[in-house]
Amino acid sequence: MLHLPILPILLPMLAAALMLLPPLSQSITRQRLFAVTIMITLVIVSVWLLLTCHQQGTQLYVLGGWQPPFGIALVADRLSALMVLLTAILGLGAQLYACAGDDKEGMYFHPLFMFQMLGVNGAFLTGDIFNLFVFFEVLLIASYALLIHGGGKQKTKANVHYVILNLVGSSIFLFALGILYGTLGTLNIQDMAMKVVSLNEQQQALTKAGGLLLLVVFGLKAALLPLHFWLPKTYAATSAPVAALFAIMTKIGVYSILRVHMTIFGQDAGALAHMAIPWLWPLALLTIVMGTIGVLASPGLRLSIANLVVVSVGTLLLAVAIQRESATSAALYYMIHSTFITGALFLIADMITKQRGKAEDRYVIARPLQNPKILGIAFFIAALTVVGMPPFSGFVSKILILQAANSMRETLWVWPILLLISLVFLVALSRAGTTIFWRAAGDNTQGKPLAPLKCIAIALLLGASPVLVIFGGPITQYTQLTAAQLHSKAPLPNSKLPIKKAKEMPTGQSHNAN
Amino acid sequence: MEVIYAFCVGLLAACGFFLVLRGRTFIVVMGLTLLSYAVNLFLFASGRLTLNGAAVLGQSAQYSDPLPQALVLTAIVIGFAMTAFLVILAMRSRADQGNDHVDGQIPVRPVSPSLLDKRNG
Repeated sequence: MLHLPILPILLPMLAAALMLLPPLSQSITRQRLFAVTIMITLVIVSVWLLLTCHQQGTQLYVLGGWQPPFGIALVADRLSALMVLLTAILGLGAQLYACAGDDKEGMYFHPLFMFQMLGVNGAFLTGDIFNLFVFFEVLLIASYALLIHGGGKQKTKANVHYVILNLVGSSIFLFALGILYGTLGTLNIQDMAMKVVSLNEQQQALTKAGGLLLLVVFGLKAALLPLHFWLPKTYAATSAPVAALFAIMTKIGVYSILRVHMTIFGQDAGALAHMAIPWLWPLALLTIVMGTIGVLASPGLRLSIANLVVVSVGTLLLAVAIQRESATSAALYYMIHSTFITGALFLIADMITKQRGKAEDRYVIARPLQNPKILGIAFFIAALTVVGMPPFSGFVSKILILQAANSMRETLWVWPILLLISLVFLVALSRAGTTIFWRAAGDNTQGKPLAPLKCIAIALLLGASPVLVIFGGPITQYTQLTAAQLHSKAPLPNSKLPIKKAKEMPTGQSHNAN
Repeated sequence: MEVIYAFCVGLLAACGFFLVLRGRTFIVVMGLTLLSYAVNLFLFASGRLTLNGAAVLGQSAQYSDPLPQALVLTAIVIGFAMTAFLVILAMRSRADQGNDHVDGQIPVRPVSPSLLDKRNG
């Protein structure tokens, strides 16, 4: 279908607008039904987009008929389609969980959620780096509002930090875009990748500054080491469905790093090739170490999980920094696995928190849980997956990354760190599990049935783990093809991206003359 | 012209970053505003500075690049909305926390014992 690539953006946008209008804005039940219907449609559309991209190659959607590099283009390649599908499924899980009651704590939860989906899908699908900025702002302003949804002292405090940091990040993003436009004369990602080869020495220095500024911005979004301090408290303070949805937010930073530093400044970029890698290596390793210390030091379950997010970002970027096709493929598999599992963990932690009274999620002796069996099994599966025990996807993804790191230097750094953090996670999560489920005091209250919607949501996200293992063959095949597509510099199909033509145009001329 | 322009952008950005690093929300908001001015001017300059140049071809002997002007317009709108949101959030935070410090509490400065002696004595 011609308009398929824009559907994941249009659908949530129209849905959000409709939900603010009378027939739906009056009743929360109608909003819930409508929102879940839209999310299921979005999952179907994403699957369709993924299959189309897989079978027919990269889809280019030119808005307004202006051919690139002049108009705004959406590019749906394998990576974009995969990320959109990931977002849709995670979003459906978070939404189902929210429908069990969390969406009533404040107003406009569902419209905000849809705007968030709009921003995230837009960021994944755009082929233009300024549009990436615009969609970043769309998803950020929705996330500011979602983060504080329900109100409360903790949320306000975390949100002030989050908003200020991201506003500074946006300013730096714009500075970087200004520099890159000044030297390259274009903002279309494919076009930038072609022009970056033909820069003179002065322009190379400026472009390098611009590219590294972008690394700072995306590092802030992804929570890379010196810029990760906002994440644990923010994620621990917000409500569970929002935290689960935010599991995709750090991945957007990683995705943008992949796009900019593999497509634009990849191996064909001449003197600027791989310029981010010397930074990514040590920072990713240190991020893993800091996150692991955070997991051990956390006084509560939600803070531990938030630190697990930091570790997963470090692992992902480490695999990205290896810069080999097999490593990128492993990183993509790990990305799918870690997004679902952190989402599920946030939801499980919330259910545990709600049953422990005043002790909330802290590791102290408290009254016993009302449904220890169901929650215990869910927590046990999630913990096994995070640690990387055999039957689940954590094991497969870890093996894939370890296999990809096969040169001497990489093995020396990657193997011990990845294996040691598994051990540390085992210790930390066993401590969490034993304290929460076994070290209980006080009267055993009667078990209430859990809200079925919440259980379905958790089952959906946790179920992804065995599915990832059972269908490991096709999925790794897909991630390998995606990695190959990222590493090769194949020109877009049916796109009119002529380098010569661009040079004839006035803007191109004025910049090349400089 | 380029030198003055670059100096102004640099000064605005430096002031902005300095103010963003302060502790009170209002001052941080001012800093972010200055920073967004610097960003807008910088983006504008990325299309090169030309005098008497229309952005439409054929209107003047020289032409200026229209794309940065469109980018600046977008950046202004977004920056304005974000600042408005931050102002409201800062007021909410002031109401929730009881003070306007970004950390939600005013850090207590350690008082040296000699000063305490003077005050008591």
